[in-house]
Amino acid sequence: MAENREKTYVADVDRSIYDIRDAEHDAYRMESGLTPEIVDKLSKEKDDPVWMQQFRLQSLQIYNELRLPDWGPSLEGLDIDHIATYVRPNTKMQNDWANVPQDIKDTFERLGIPQAERKSLAGVGAQYDSELVYHNVRDEVAAEGVVYTDMESALKGEYADMVRKYFMKLVTPRDHKFAALHGAVWSGGSFVYVPKGVHLSIPLQSYFRLNAKGAGQFEHTLIIVDEGASLHFIEGCSAPKYNVANLHAGCVELYVKRNAKLRYSTIENWSKNMYNLNTKRALVEEGGTIEWVSGSFGSHVGCLYPMSILKGDDSRMEFTGVTFAGAGQDLDTGAKVVHVGKNTSSYMNTRSISKSGGVSTFRSSVVVEKSAKGAKSAVSCQSLMLDSESRSDTIPAMDIKTRDAAVGHEAKIGAISNDAVFYLMSRGMSEEDARALIVSGFADNVSKELPLEYAVEMNNLIRLEMKGSIG
Amino acid sequence: MKNEALLEVKSLHVSAGGKEILHGVDLTVGRDETHVLMGPNGTGKSTLGYAVTGNPVYTVTSGSIVFDGEDITDLPVNERARRGIFLSFQNPLEVPGVTLSAFIRSALEQKTGDRLRLWDFKKRLKETMKLLSMDESYAERDLNVGFSGGEKKKAEILQMLMLEPKLAILDETDSGLDVDAVRTVSEGVRLFRERTHGSLLIITHSTRILEALHVDAAHVMENGVIVKNGGAELVEAINEKGFGSLKTE
Repeated sequence: MAENREKTYVADVDRSIYDIRDAEHDAYRMESGLTPEIVDKLSKEKDDPVWMQQFRLQSLQIYNELRLPDWGPSLEGLDIDHIATYVRPNTKMQNDWANVPQDIKDTFERLGIPQAERKSLAGVGAQYDSELVYHNVRDEVAAEGVVYTDMESALKGEYADMVRKYFMKLVTPRDHKFAALHGAVWSGGSFVYVPKGVHLSIPLQSYFRLNAKGAGQFEHTLIIVDEGASLHFIEGCSAPKYNVANLHAGCVELYVKRNAKLRYSTIENWSKNMYNLNTKRALVEEGGTIEWVSGSFGSHVGCLYPMSILKGDDSRMEFTGVTFAGAGQDLDTGAKVVHVGKNTSSYMNTRSISKSGGVSTFRSSVVVEKSAKGAKSAVSCQSLMLDSESRSDTIPAMDIKTRDAAVGHEAKIGAISNDAVFYLMSRGMSEEDARALIVSGFADNVSKELPLEYAVEMNNLIRLEMKGSIG
Repeated sequence: MKNEALLEVKSLHVSAGGKEILHGVDLTVGRDETHVLMGPNGTGKSTLGYAVTGNPVYTVTSGSIVFDGEDITDLPVNERARRGIFLSFQNPLEVPGVTLSAFIRSALEQKTGDRLRLWDFKKRLKETMKLLSMDESYAERDLNVGFSGGEKKKAEILQMLMLEPKLAILDETDSGLDVDAVRTVSEGVRLFRERTHGSLLIITHSTRILEALHVDAAHVMENGVIVKNGGAELVEAINEKGFGSLKTE
């Protein structure tokens, strides 16, 4: 009986829909590498305003000065000299899917983007390689003064001054080497402005697809939610797998004004040759709320630690995350919060899952400044290891500068309980299904927070990751 | 078919953690019958329940388990469940992220291989929960998470009534329950017998759960073997005089 039964074999993920590569019909592909000439060429190609052209060159200089971080996963396999920093798709940005080239449209159809737009979104942006190919917002949303457009248009249009005022002020090129890289070669991404008091009841979504082999994607997302307004923004990403490294070094800057509320949800499913070195940060004013919901499933190496600065009194943040690291994946994720204002509160609730030799690391950083009297912070992190070859680490850091703060931390690491598997199987479920059910249940903190369609997608991703056969 | 036994356990030796717990158990349960398995603590009653259900922690070292005419000794637990064996757990596990309702539905779909019509399923679930005096809200709560001892046991009986197994093994389903809860659970068990004619193997210390039932046979286990077989009168004898009374015979 027991002794003779072979161990559960969990196969690698079937990425089918994500993995279909389109033939590359790009209109322009920048030669690989990073020199002032290439950055200058990119800037001209994008027809940047002068200040941006200079900003890029300064960022490049900073990039050359800064060293790679001396902590976190190894970035050895990433050679920036072999990454094409700019690949322009063969189309201008459209606001009607009918005008998007067929192959690109098919890709987004497979990912369910136009369907979701019709059903449950207030607006959609779709980026293919380095540029947005589609952007549209519902008329009634636009009528309320909500701006949702690509960064390139925002840089030149009516909101040019606002963009200049906020662009890379929260995450500056000095932040770290890849922020500098981003400053030099960024392209694409979305600009969102929600005017005072406007509540968007249904979400906006941007989807980033990197099709080009050996390329980088450096989209910039800038969101400003003005006083008393609210927004739910969803970000999705995927790419087909190649045998050379691809790089994603996006940057997200979120400004949450007085009494405003922003929820930022991400389902990241980059292919497993991707280096995902993404930087996200939110600045929250008095009474404002930032909520992060984050699912990390893809990438070969991932470094992602969204940071919230609770500047205003009574501002709050909540971070809910799940990370799933399978074979060949080293996912280093977490969150950082800085309490500045009085009576600010933060709550991090994360789950990490590792299997087949995958490595998942959770880092949390809580800083409570002297000014943050009455601050409250709680961190809860649970890890699940599906086999003995996988690895899971929790690295909490706390820097509390006032006595008048309540800070708590709780971490739990465990394996799937055989008793629970037996219990579920005793009702007729296969071992594979029982395990998948337990893992989905474990990641329930995130799926509960997602709109239904995305929760279903996430559970499908988990199911695919868990798919295998019983020996 | 009718006269063929439903469950036949033949000279079953079972070990766990390298230690033999059952030393040759013989037990036969017929179709449409209620059997009671009694005995002092730690004599292997639950082990027998687990071995019949197929818990991989318990290894059958010799002997066999035949169910419905088929040798199931080497079948995994889920295959046995599909053939109609059900165990009501003494300590049901908590599974976060899966609602009781979704779990039962998924188990039913596994059993029948068909997708259930949601409306029909919900209706039946609601009716069954009512029979067990379970608050409807439990259907949408995570499986056993934060349930009281009594609600966990009721949830087990709910699963039994919904899944309609051919053989249900109730492992101390009545232990730790108050009088009202025992009555409710006992009524659920009676309904199971009446509606589905499924057989029961009830592992118990007390007789309260048996009050509403007609007992066809009783077995007493001590130190990993069955020491006595009899009818309902055996239950009464033990109830009055305790297990010690058996030793003199």
